[in-house]
Amino acid sequence: MGSITLKQVTKTFGDVNVIKPIDLQIHDGEFIVFVGPSGCGKSTLLRMIAGLEDTTSGNIDIDGKDATNTPPAKRGLAMVFQSYALYPHMSVRNNIAFPLKRAKVPPAEIEAKIASAAKILNLGDYLDRKPGQLSGGQRQRVAIGRAIVRQPSAFLFDEPLSNLDASLRVNMRLEISELHKTLDTTMIYVTHDQVEAMTMADRIAVFNAGVIEQVGTPLELYQTPVNRFVAGFIGSPKMNFIEVEPVDGNPTSCVGVRPEHLKVTQDKGLWTGKVGVIEHLGSETFLHIHVDGVGPLTLKADGDCPLKYGDNVNLTAPQNKIMHFDAAGKTLPPTPFSGN
Amino acid sequence: MATMQSRNLARMMLFPSVVLLLAWMIVPLCMTLYFSFLDYNLLTPGNEEFIGFLNYEFFLTDPAFFASFFNTLLLVGGVLLITICGGIGLAILLDQAIWGRNYVRIMVLAPFFVMPTVSALVWKNMLMNPVNGLFAHFAIWIGVEPVDFFAQIPLLSIIIIVSWQWLPFAALILLTSIQSLDREQLEAADLDGAGPFSKFIYIVMPHLSRAITAVILIETIFLLSIFAEILVTTSGGPGYASTNLTYLIYTQSLLQFDVGGGSAGGIVAVIIANIVAIFLMRLIGKNLED
Ligand SMILES: Nc1ncnc2c1ncn2[C@@H]1O[C@H](COP(=O)(O)OP(=O)(O)O)[C@@H](O)[C@H]1O
Ligand SMILES: [Mg+2]
Repeated sequence: MGSITLKQVTKTFGDVNVIKPIDLQIHDGEFIVFVGPSGCGKSTLLRMIAGLEDTTSGNIDIDGKDATNTPPAKRGLAMVFQSYALYPHMSVRNNIAFPLKRAKVPPAEIEAKIASAAKILNLGDYLDRKPGQLSGGQRQRVAIGRAIVRQPSAFLFDEPLSNLDASLRVNMRLEISELHKTLDTTMIYVTHDQVEAMTMADRIAVFNAGVIEQVGTPLELYQTPVNRFVAGFIGSPKMNFIEVEPVDGNPTSCVGVRPEHLKVTQDKGLWTGKVGVIEHLGSETFLHIHVDGVGPLTLKADGDCPLKYGDNVNLTAPQNKIMHFDAAGKTLPPTPFSGN
Repeated sequence: MATMQSRNLARMMLFPSVVLLLAWMIVPLCMTLYFSFLDYNLLTPGNEEFIGFLNYEFFLTDPAFFASFFNTLLLVGGVLLITICGGIGLAILLDQAIWGRNYVRIMVLAPFFVMPTVSALVWKNMLMNPVNGLFAHFAIWIGVEPVDFFAQIPLLSIIIIVSWQWLPFAALILLTSIQSLDREQLEAADLDGAGPFSKFIYIVMPHLSRAITAVILIETIFLLSIFAEILVTTSGGPGYASTNLTYLIYTQSLLQFDVGGGSAGGIVAVIIANIVAIFLMRLIGKNLED
């Protein structure tokens, strides 16, 4: 069991309204990612779910029961902190045993649980070391180990990978996804990195300034973002936005084209520009193209793109890949687009 | 400090101050050592002569030596106990988000700035005086016999006065330590089901162990040589009930003009201080490592 329902939840620090009323249904066993820019309130909401912050108004239901004012320990949730928050003077074994000892679990059972967690997370070799003697990735694993032995109804992760280097991050991402499949427990995962969100999530909630802009599967968010913010936040490199003059009968004030949908063409195309910086990644190439009256556009081409700095190019995009936004940033139904 | 050159340079730059410090320490120590083997009394100047270990024999076999030795240990131990326990309590209180916290912190620190003689006098005349003291008034008000602190419990009274002076120091060091405790660890402990007591025992205390060690070591150095508070209040009495080693040496050398005997006492005190230091480092010094 691990379903969590947020009903009109808000949070105010002093007179700063950090979380605007939020409604969200988190299903049992799902991997949901809260993603959004720094300072938009993701951690605050996660901490409210954990019980580490009071809820200013609204209700948090866990497994159908109102848990708004339940103390953290009684909510049956486990959290993995960004700093790992391991107890520095205890061995790895004691760190993992700590929640079990507090719950007065018999010693034999504690040993068994530590052994099984150590096996799942490959902790066996350093159970008797102190956290200070471990690498970042190992500490991360210990923090997860301490969370899983409690068999919580949901795991809460607050940017758990942000202190790791890039290659380790990719590995841990896979391990956490793997763990989710093994344990089949609800996981709420906070990150500002949309790549983590896209690769790990069953569903993503995109946050912006204390509100959820959109909730959906990674593909839904990529293909049908509800507004300009979500369209710009999901996808890498970022979507290109081109401001257009609204005309009578067509409220479009901005169109968006993802770099991977922008094409170089021999025909006239929609835009003309000059190639700027070229980034070769081997498997693909990012071209930054300066288009007069529009600004820089990013284009994702094949790895062996022959264009050079300063070349003049014509650009186009398939009509069904061009997104239209109104002046408020809301996505509009597709209409034919014929250039500025 | 990686290259040979920079290491040598560092040594050269340190050299003068090390020499100065050593001279500052070694010269008086050697002189004391030298005097301690002489029959050297200021009342009979000019006929100093070498008398071997006789001064030491007199000092160590004097019944006052044992009394003052144990008084020294009691004084140091008692003050340490009170300041560490009280300091932890105060530090935890001061760490709470209360209104006017910054002012309270400064107020708490105040006793540390008061000169030992002054604070001892204030305690003696305003608080502990059996007739006019605040405590006596309070005792009469609740209807019990006032305690004559310096006559009935002289050593304990001095322990109380010295503790009052050192409590702010301990509290301040421990407060900085508490403030450096990672809040996420406490939150993790919250989620792990630890109550306030468990959090204190398993998270806060281990975190404080280093600061506590530092407080013990620093305080011990100063508490071994408590003097002014005794001089101002009890003058070591009644009898030798509140005489510590420092005060004993003072009575020996200055009150009896016996430089040789006082020097022997001083050397004994140095040796005892070193034994205490080695003992403490063995016992708790490992807390300061890594
Ligand atoms: N304890 C606090 N007191 C006051 N403001 C806070 C507190 N915690 C967070 N905030 C503010 O709330 C906003 C959201 O913070 P946070 O939830 O940490 O964002 P993020 O999405 O980066 O995790 C930030 O503007 C932050 O300054
Ligand atoms: Mg955050």
